[in-house]
Amino acid sequence: MHQRIESIAQQSYGKLLAYLAGRYRGDIQAAEDALADAFARALQVWPAKGEPLNPEAWLLRVAGNQLIDGIRKQKRYQYVSVLQELEHASVGSSSIENSAVLTELEQIPDERLQMMFACAHPAIDPLVRTPLLLQAVLGLSAQRIASAFLVSPQTMSQRLVRGKIKIRDAGISFELPENLSERVQFVLDAIYGAFSIGWNGTEPASQSLVEDAISLARIVMARLPSHAEAAGLLALMLYCDARREARRTTENAYVPLDRQDPSHWDTTLVKEAEWLLSNASQLGQPGRYQLEAAIQSAHMQRRGNDGPTWKMIVALYSALETLVPTIGGRIGKAAAMAQAGDAAKALLELDSLEPALVAEHQPYWAVRADVLRRLGDAGYLEAYDRAIGLSDDNAVRQYLLLQKQLPMT
Amino acid sequence: MKYALMIFEADADFAKRQGPEAPAYWNAWMAYSSSLKAAGVMAGGAGLEGPTTATVLRNIDGKATVQDGPFLDSKEQLGGFFLIDVPNLDEAIKWASRVPISELGSVEIRPLLPPPPNAE
Repeated sequence: MHQRIESIAQQSYGKLLAYLAGRYRGDIQAAEDALADAFARALQVWPAKGEPLNPEAWLLRVAGNQLIDGIRKQKRYQYVSVLQELEHASVGSSSIENSAVLTELEQIPDERLQMMFACAHPAIDPLVRTPLLLQAVLGLSAQRIASAFLVSPQTMSQRLVRGKIKIRDAGISFELPENLSERVQFVLDAIYGAFSIGWNGTEPASQSLVEDAISLARIVMARLPSHAEAAGLLALMLYCDARREARRTTENAYVPLDRQDPSHWDTTLVKEAEWLLSNASQLGQPGRYQLEAAIQSAHMQRRGNDGPTWKMIVALYSALETLVPTIGGRIGKAAAMAQAGDAAKALLELDSLEPALVAEHQPYWAVRADVLRRLGDAGYLEAYDRAIGLSDDNAVRQYLLLQKQLPMT
Repeated sequence: MKYALMIFEADADFAKRQGPEAPAYWNAWMAYSSSLKAAGVMAGGAGLEGPTTATVLRNIDGKATVQDGPFLDSKEQLGGFFLIDVPNLDEAIKWASRVPISELGSVEIRPLLPPPPNAE
């Protein structure tokens, strides 16, 4: 029964929380507490009395009752309408253990997307949006998110609490916004934030963030199938995830993209990504994530030292830059320029970046080291040291240490 | 705020200080230390000789007694430390994550005590 309850939690947590929080003045914290108590209650009651016919409805009822009790105790005028709505949702039974009558609530609407819009609202600190999404929709603990984000659990708890208070007190709505296509960008960015940390991280908690981000994107895709950027983001993440195994040798050594064995790529994921990207491009809404997905697609179609494809990748990065100038994009462009045979231009590109912004940027130093060596500039050794010293991944560190030893060509 | 990053290493890590893996081992530490300097957060530190060189002094029955071997009997031993000056714990964690320890090692992050009021 414990396992069964755990699997219900895994499957339905976000849906139940969105339903409760959306009806309780956007108070995610209160809804989380009530839902946690409901799961605890299930662990007590179900083993003895058996699983209710509609477990989700049972949990909602118990959590809803607790929220109603909370409102009654507070006797706060502004909650009267909420109270009515919650009571309406739980008509018919005074006993929460009486599972038979609960089947009336069979269809619990999936309002996770609405909650995602609230968590990634532009009024919320961008640093907080991704953690909020992960916690509210997927039920990740503050401790686990903190570990993946490499911050102290205390810092992460504070950020999460701050975000939830903001949603509640600023009256951020749990409705789908009118300017949906504009607002969905914030949701996608927050999902991508989880993915980047997961993709670049070495902690076990960060590895599973990749899958978490993909699940979040799938929720958005399912609800907004004609939003091209949602498909673009999902495609981008699937392309990367398809290479997960190929990134490391069996001895756990780092393998850069251009030395990976394509037979180690997950073809099912690649095919889904290709399909998503081609569908998205037919919608005629170009955007950042579709471009980034196209760059990944080009990388994966490239065979060996293929100059024309590198030039195309440079062009894709230039298009990306006009849409969203990011440091990562500029560095990717410089790397592609060097691969396309124009190291001098690559160095100009790197030199044009604000020094303060790249001082602690590991990929910048790794690309710079490679470019300087191609140009026969002895400064490459120092650049390698910076790239090695800033790396938080042992496999990447070992790879760069070997690269540093290679002679200048 | 100043923090100590105390680096604990396993026997296998200490063994890398000599032999074929030595260049990669030392290179990684030098690269890390130069990155700390380049970022302007380095406030000191030192590497330590291996645990077999340790001597422990205890006060037994009011008398100083000298003993051989490291103080702690554990799989990981202190291999060295860095002092860094960063705005907050999260920055310290970021720098700790870049310390080139192997999977066997660990880094303990501790804030330094503030200097005593009449230190000047």
